[in-house]
Amino acid sequence: MLDVIILVLDSTLRLSTPLLFACLAGLFSERSGIVDIGLEGKMLGGAFAAGAVAYWTQDPWLGLLAAIFVSVLLALIHGFASITNRGNQVVAGVAINFLAAGLTVLLGQAWFAQGGRTPQLDMDWRFSPITLPFAESIQNVPFIGPIYADLLSGHNILVYAAFVAVPLTWWVVFRTRFGLRLRAVGESPQAVDTAGISVAWLRYRAVIICGALCGFAGAYLAIAQSAGFIKDMSAGKGFIALAALIFAKWKPVNAMFACLLFGFLDAVANLMQGQSIPGVGEVPVQFFQALPYILTVVLLAGFIGRAIPPKASGIPYVKERT
Amino acid sequence: MSKGQLPRWVDFGLLPAINLIAAFLVSGLVVILIGENPLEAVKWLVWGALGYGEGVGFTLFYATNFIFTGLAVAVAFHAGLFNIGGEGQAYVGGLGVALACLAMDQFVPWYVTLPMAIIGGAAFGAGWAFIPAYLQAKRGSHIVITTIMFNFIASSLMVYLLANVLRPTGSMQPSTRGFEEGGQLPLLRHLFPAFDLGQSPVNLALFVALIACVLVWVLIWRTKLGYEIRTFGANPNAAVYAGISPVRITVVTMLISGALAGLMGINEVMGAQARLLLDFTAGYGFVGIAVALMGRGHPIGIILASILFGMLYQGGAELAFEIPTITRDMIVVIQALVILFAGALEHMFRPAVVAFFDRFAGAKAVA
Repeated sequence: MLDVIILVLDSTLRLSTPLLFACLAGLFSERSGIVDIGLEGKMLGGAFAAGAVAYWTQDPWLGLLAAIFVSVLLALIHGFASITNRGNQVVAGVAINFLAAGLTVLLGQAWFAQGGRTPQLDMDWRFSPITLPFAESIQNVPFIGPIYADLLSGHNILVYAAFVAVPLTWWVVFRTRFGLRLRAVGESPQAVDTAGISVAWLRYRAVIICGALCGFAGAYLAIAQSAGFIKDMSAGKGFIALAALIFAKWKPVNAMFACLLFGFLDAVANLMQGQSIPGVGEVPVQFFQALPYILTVVLLAGFIGRAIPPKASGIPYVKERT
Repeated sequence: MSKGQLPRWVDFGLLPAINLIAAFLVSGLVVILIGENPLEAVKWLVWGALGYGEGVGFTLFYATNFIFTGLAVAVAFHAGLFNIGGEGQAYVGGLGVALACLAMDQFVPWYVTLPMAIIGGAAFGAGWAFIPAYLQAKRGSHIVITTIMFNFIASSLMVYLLANVLRPTGSMQPSTRGFEEGGQLPLLRHLFPAFDLGQSPVNLALFVALIACVLVWVLIWRTKLGYEIRTFGANPNAAVYAGISPVRITVVTMLISGALAGLMGINEVMGAQARLLLDFTAGYGFVGIAVALMGRGHPIGIILASILFGMLYQGGAELAFEIPTITRDMIVVIQALVILFAGALEHMFRPAVVAFFDRFAGAKAVA
C-alpha cells in the first residue's frame, strides 16, 4: 500500500512542478494588477527555447537560460501592450498564447524538420535526477526510509527549485519593500503613483519576474521531464496554473498546495486509467482531467470560500485624463 | 470635428488597416527568419485562396465558420463581456446539431432537419454559455476565467461522449455514425454547378451565416435589447440607473453569443463532415476573437475579416504544400499578430494618427 501511495505522491511532485512555477509567475503578474492568461504561451515558448538550445549547446543550463530569455521576451510584449499601450490585458494574453503555439512549431519545423519537435536530447544534456545525501543508507529504515529515498530524493534540480521558490516568493511579496509596493500597485495604483513610485516600472518588473518563472516551467517540461520539445507540450498547464492561482487566492503557500492538489489529481487520473473504484465503478479519466477546471469554477462562484482578485487587476492605469 | 477625434472612415477603415499591415509586416519578418521569401509566400497564399474555384470554395467554407464564431465574440463585446469560450460553445453546439441530425436524418429530408439542427446547435451552445454568464451576473466570478475553464470541461466532456456514448459499436474512431442524406446540407457545388467550386465543402450554411449577420445587425442597432446591450457595454453603472438589469443583459447576451458559436456546427458537422468528429472545432472558436477585433464588432467588418481569415486558412494550406518549411502553423502566428495589433495594441498607432489629422484639420481651418 505504501508503495502505491509513494508512487502516486512521487508523480504528484513531478506533475506539480511546472504548475507551481507558472502559478508563482502568475502570482507576481496578477499581484501587480496585470491579468495574465498568457502563462500557457510563455511556458510553451520557454519549453521550445530550452529544447532547441539544450540540443545545440548540449548544456541544460544554457537551455534554461534560453527558456527564461524567450519567456521574458514574450512577457515584455505582454507588458508593452498592457502597461505602455494600456491595451486589453486578456486580449494580449490570448495573442501571446497563439504566438507561442504557432511560432514554436513553425520554427521547430523549419530548423529541425521533425514535425515541430526538437531533436531527442541525451541524458547528460538534460537535468538529471539528484540523489539526496544518505538516501541509499536509510532506504531500509521502515516508513521514513522509503519516503525519503523514493519520494523526496531522486528528482531533478528544477523540482527542488520550484519548492524553494515558494518561501522565496512569500518573502519577496510579503517581507520586502518591493513586495509591499507590488501588492499596493495591484490594489491601488493611484496611491503608489501619488507616493512618487513609477507604476509602469513596478509593473514591468512584475511582468519580467513572471516571464522568468514561466521560463523555468517551460525548461522543466522540455529538458527535465521530457527529452526535448514536443508540439503543444504545455497542453493547458498554463491554464491549470491560472486556476490554481485563483484557487490559492493569490497567496504563495496556498499556491503550492493548490498545485500539489491539481498535480495529485493528474497523477490519480493516470493511475486510475481503466481501473474501477469499488462501489463506484470505472470513473472516466476525462472526469479527473476536467476536475481542476470544475473545482475552479465552483470556487470562483463563491461556493467554497471567496476568491477576490487584486482590486486593480485587469484595469490599465491612466495617469491623467486628457 | 473636435480635436482628438477622428472621422469615422479613419476609425473604422484606416486604423484597422494600419494595424493589419503591421501584423502582416511582422509575419513577413517571421518568413524571412525561416529563410524564405515573403513575397513568394504571399503569392502562393493568395493563389491558394483565390486563384482557382476549389480554393475560393474552401475560403468561403472557412469564412462561414469564422462568421459564426466572430459574431459570437462581437455580440458579447458589445455588452463589455469577453467570451473566450467560443471554442467550447461551438464544440457543444456541434453536439446539438449532431443529435438533431442523428434523430431525424433517416426519416425526413434535409430542409426539415435543418431548422431542428439550428435549434439544437443554438440551444446547446447557449446552454454551455449559460453557466459562466449566470455565475458572472449573480456570483461575480469573472467570465474570462470561467469561459476558459468551460472550454477545457467541454473538451473532456466531448471526448468522453464521443469515445463512450456516441461511438457506434464496432467502430474504432471516436465519432458518431455518418449522417444519412436527411442530415446533410446540400453543398454549393451541387446547387450551383455553373460555378467551379471543385471539391470544396462550402455549403448552405454560408447563407445561414449571412442571415445571422443581418439578424445580429438588427438586434444590436435596431432593437431595444440591442440598445440596452450597448448601453451596458459602454457604461454598466449608467445602465443600472437607466433601469437596465445587469443580470438580465449579461445572461441574455451570453446566451445569444453562445448560440451563435454553437451554430458553427451547422457548417462543420451538418455541412462538411456529416458526422460529429473529435476536435472538429480545431481552434475556429478562437479565430472568432481575431475576427471580431478586426471587424470592429460590426457584421460587415466581421464578414470581411472572416473572408480574410478564410483566405489565410485555405491559402496557408497551399503555401505549406508549395513551401514545406512554412507549415500551416504560420496561420496561427498571423492570427496571433492580428489579435496583438488589432486588439491589445489598438491604441499604439492612434496618437500618431490623431496628431496627423489634427494638424491637417488645423491647416484647413487657417486656410
